[in-house]
Amino acid sequence: MTVLDSVLVALTALRANLLRSILTTLGIVIGVASVIILVAVGNGAAGEVNRQISALGTNMLVVFPDAMRVMGRSSGAGTALPLSESDLTAVRDKIPGVVGVSGQLDESAAVVRGNLNWTTAISGVHPDYTSVRDWPVSEGREITAQDVQTAARVALIGPTVARQLFPGENPVGAEIRIKNVPFQIVGLLSVKGQSAMGRDQDDVMLIPITTARNRVVGKSDVQVDQVGRIYVKLDDQTDMKTAQDDIETLLRQRRKSGPNSEDTFSVRNLAEFMRARTEVLSTMSYLLGATSAISLIVGGIGIMNIMLVSVTERTREIGLRMAVGGRQRDIMRQFLVEAVTLCLFGGLIGVALGIGIAWLIAHFASWPVDVSLGVIGSAMGAAAITGIVFGFFPARRAAGLNPIDALRSE
Amino acid sequence: MNPVPEGRHVSNGTIIQARDVVKLYKIGEQELRALDGVSLEIEAGDFVAIMGASGSGKSTMMNLIGGLDTPTTGRLFIDGGDISQLDADGLAELRNRTIGFVFQQFNLLPRTPALQQVMLPLLYAHPRPADMEAEARRRLEQVGLGNRMEHLPRQLSGGQQQRVAIARALANNPKILLADEPTGALDSRTSEEIMLLFADLNRQGITVVLVTHEADIAAWARRRITFRDGKVISDERQAPRVREAAQ
Repeated sequence: MTVLDSVLVALTALRANLLRSILTTLGIVIGVASVIILVAVGNGAAGEVNRQISALGTNMLVVFPDAMRVMGRSSGAGTALPLSESDLTAVRDKIPGVVGVSGQLDESAAVVRGNLNWTTAISGVHPDYTSVRDWPVSEGREITAQDVQTAARVALIGPTVARQLFPGENPVGAEIRIKNVPFQIVGLLSVKGQSAMGRDQDDVMLIPITTARNRVVGKSDVQVDQVGRIYVKLDDQTDMKTAQDDIETLLRQRRKSGPNSEDTFSVRNLAEFMRARTEVLSTMSYLLGATSAISLIVGGIGIMNIMLVSVTERTREIGLRMAVGGRQRDIMRQFLVEAVTLCLFGGLIGVALGIGIAWLIAHFASWPVDVSLGVIGSAMGAAAITGIVFGFFPARRAAGLNPIDALRSE
Repeated sequence: MNPVPEGRHVSNGTIIQARDVVKLYKIGEQELRALDGVSLEIEAGDFVAIMGASGSGKSTMMNLIGGLDTPTTGRLFIDGGDISQLDADGLAELRNRTIGFVFQQFNLLPRTPALQQVMLPLLYAHPRPADMEAEARRRLEQVGLGNRMEHLPRQLSGGQQQRVAIARALANNPKILLADEPTGALDSRTSEEIMLLFADLNRQGITVVLVTHEADIAAWARRRITFRDGKVISDERQAPRVREAAQ
């Protein structure tokens, strides 16, 4: 009896009790489908974060001013020594491998156009900003060095702001007001999408950092050469860790902080940070997948139950097969193959169902999903193993039957 | 007990030889002596009827000859080999190659066409014949069912079903055909047809051992062995019944 023969016998037997076979394999169907869906959703989320990492700009470090500690209590960010234009210049000039730097001074304010208004995040930036963050304009021009020098009242707006204030119109060239100061829109930023934290990164407006200091951020809140945070872009040859250490050393020197005193700033590699998040996400999704694999065990118990019933029902057939020369291992293999066939059949339906539901989730809930071949393979493998494990006991019982008793049974 | 030298082959003319065969069954505390020291020899090509009331030991003898079970003590030679000490796989091979079983209840697989039924012993053979289907067709034609190859058991009459079972028993070209009450589920006219088929197969050289409690079925055999209480009480040759003139 070859394996192929066993499969054919198994298919005949399973077809003979079609409804029962389908009901029995339902546990496997659900188990496999849920493994695939959960891992697909988890991987989709991780993949989305990865896309955001590349959107964030690789080879980029961000210097944040830290909170000042008063009597051990931490005040808000930037309450310590703020970062200044001279810090920015020092980083640009003294750190090897720097290809661009830009400050980002944030303020939230309402932007008014005629009778429309929209509150958005307004950032004062340097000319390098859009290149440092890999964020070109899709229309119009960038902010120039001259704009910064002259504190020009020009602005770049994100697609979300454009949609709110200029529905169906081209905003480039139009005039808007921030805190009653008129600005001319010179460019429209390209779409960047959601951040890893779910923030809409297109809901922004960029203006020259000098203009931000003079006109937008309240005078009492800002020092004359304050730059907020500093984005640093490095070339591909530069080791990020070395650059990070270099910047830390440089800023410590400039702030004359001793080796034991607390830093009043921090240098972060955002891509690295998000990569760690991705790992957590995908670990989570595999954990969830593993949890749903528990339903495979439940399904396997169902399979075992029905296989035991099948052995009892087909005792005579087993006896006959033994009488015509079937060895114990032939009988054993036949029932094992039957259990595995049942599980693989359920697994196939589960894969189809899982892919279908994952597609529906992607389509209707707009979640990113990623059905990987690896997961399909391991889900099918798990289904087959379930069949072997839970088919073993019934198969051994069948193989251990005494042929005389089996032939005589009713 | 009769000592038999280890590995000694019985004479060429003898295909079944039992030496002091005892079979004990334990039912709870009680011991049942199903066979109580049976010694007999059956010649190759003979047609033997084993008779006896139920509980006489005739079915147990048949199970032992068929390799479905092994004796508790004593020796049993089938086709020259001692099967008393064979393990499960060895017995399976014996059943596959040397023995063909025919049962009272036919024991056909439901939902399986006749051709596949007959192929079943071939599937378990080592090595398998090159063209199993052709072999199975030939056997079905041999029993007169050449035009019923694709029929399911429920589409066949009782006699036809038993013919399929006989074709299955013949599939691996066995030396011994063991039939346990083969006509027990059939009417008398069909029984006669089946017995004619056995007689015919016996004429072609196959050893037929028939277990029955019906005297007119046993009448087809050339030798009649009667069991009672696990012992052979009579063993006689007889002129076999032949096809009756009126059909």
